[in-house]
Amino acid sequence: MKKSAGRSKIVRYNKWGYIFLIPFVLVYVIFQLVPLCSTIYNSFFENYRVGLTQVGPNWVGLKNYITIFSDASLLKYTANTLIMWLIGFIPQIIVSLLLGQWFSDIRLKLKGSRFFKTVIYLPNLIMASAFSMLFFALFSDVGPINAILIKLGVVTADNPVRFFSSVWATRGLVGFMNFLMWFGNTTIILMAGIMGIDPSLFEAAEVDGASSWQRFYRITLPLLKPILIYVIITSMIGGIQMFDVPQILTNGSGAPAESTKTLIMYLNQHLYSKNYGLGGALSVFLFIITAILSLVIYSVMYRKKD
Amino acid sequence: MIMSKADGKKEKRDSIHIRRAVAYVVLTLISILCLFWFYVLFVNATKSHAEIQRGFSIMPGKSLLVNWNHVIHGTQPIVSGMINSIIISSLSAVLCTYFSAMTAYAIHVYDFKLKKFIFAFILAVMMIPSQVTALGFIKFMDKLHLIDTFIPLIVPSIAAPVTFYYMKQYMESTLPLAIIEASRIDGSGEFYTFNHIVLPIMKPAIAVQAIFTFVSSWNNYFVPALVLKKDSVKTLPILIAQLRSADWLKFDMGQVYVTIAFSIFPVIVVYIFLSKYIVQGIALGAVKG
Repeated sequence: MKKSAGRSKIVRYNKWGYIFLIPFVLVYVIFQLVPLCSTIYNSFFENYRVGLTQVGPNWVGLKNYITIFSDASLLKYTANTLIMWLIGFIPQIIVSLLLGQWFSDIRLKLKGSRFFKTVIYLPNLIMASAFSMLFFALFSDVGPINAILIKLGVVTADNPVRFFSSVWATRGLVGFMNFLMWFGNTTIILMAGIMGIDPSLFEAAEVDGASSWQRFYRITLPLLKPILIYVIITSMIGGIQMFDVPQILTNGSGAPAESTKTLIMYLNQHLYSKNYGLGGALSVFLFIITAILSLVIYSVMYRKKD
Repeated sequence: MIMSKADGKKEKRDSIHIRRAVAYVVLTLISILCLFWFYVLFVNATKSHAEIQRGFSIMPGKSLLVNWNHVIHGTQPIVSGMINSIIISSLSAVLCTYFSAMTAYAIHVYDFKLKKFIFAFILAVMMIPSQVTALGFIKFMDKLHLIDTFIPLIVPSIAAPVTFYYMKQYMESTLPLAIIEASRIDGSGEFYTFNHIVLPIMKPAIAVQAIFTFVSSWNNYFVPALVLKKDSVKTLPILIAQLRSADWLKFDMGQVYVTIAFSIFPVIVVYIFLSKYIVQGIALGAVKG
């Protein structure tokens, strides 16, 4: 008797679990789940505009997928995205590991580490489009960077460095901006990870005469592996979404010669020209890649808990 | 091989001194690398077009107000852009934190059949980028006649898996279920308990997430550019993109710099005051898996 009364009380309370979930579920379904399903649905239809004539929507099965996969541009934009991600990510992980190590080293007793952390995290909060517009102005042919280079005598006024005509300079700038915007964030995550390592391990290694490099290589790095994988995969997912910086920097053209055009810029172009069939197929392709990468994260985190 | 204890200690101290010196030099260089761009932005925003064309100098000029006047009386609707950005970002921040806390509360406190499924589902969809659903999103918003309104940019923030996850983590470490039990015994309703007892406890987490949501909404460009077509509803990132696509060489560069500064500096000012909480907040949300 008593027990059942207690139970019904719990049940009475627990219906509130559903009530409190209503806003989330409702909004999620309307603004994300329906759009996701509609995106997938649209990928099976021929649906585009030529001038003022609307073609479709007609059911075409997998034709859109065949079209985007047989087009060389998909491979090209994937390669561009990957290259620019790497240009930003490699220095990012190296610098972040180094700084994370320093910030978490108690014996180093760095003064002002809060100031440094504040400064390196700052670029992450800056509007990417404004930051790109700034870089476009700074690195233009008549911009301040060329003015400084002229003053230093590196180049002459009639022959400045034309950053945005060079494939690798433009890609380098995109990668560099991604580096600047994300290394502070990565540093703080890695620092938290390093501080989570049992300090007695380092003490024991020190007693055994291990150098600071050995302690880093043999203790920190292996124990940091799950977090490193987390950082790499989340950065890859972020890299796939690369859009604002190259879009603004090159005004959407991916200049020079589409060498900085990313996958999302390609998608954006389909969305603007209302090319919903191919846009849908491209979205599904990107969705599957992010889903696979997310699965890697979850499996790593799950293994850690075991 | 034989080294006296004192020698070993001295050597160790020396090596720490060297490492510390290297760390300071590197950190200083990296800080300069981070701040240099904003300093140039600040300097050039205070100069007239002619001064900027003459080349770069470290000292700020005196034309900030002149540039500013040109910008607000110019062709770009910068002031309305800023107002639109503020409306969208602050409402998103409020809705996102309140309802994410509510969702986390539902999962954290109650026991119900679908709890495990819903929690797993939210974690599973956490990483889906908004770009891959943008196509269906835009088509659906068009069907609902919500293009050129703020609703598609504000309301979706109610369902934010990342913020939810952060709130859930925070509740696990700071919200004892005994408090909720106690308030029930005192006769407080479930909704009242959430609003008047749980939310105050969650204040630090709400503050951190409110800042993050505000900033990411403030900086958001991809989806707003697809939703907002009329000039009067555009937000700052869209206006910046327009600045880029206009024939920018004809522009007064002083104005260009002031416009950029105008969209960046509010966030920098907020950050300077709240950086302590923000930097602490990042690590808290990210790694606890």
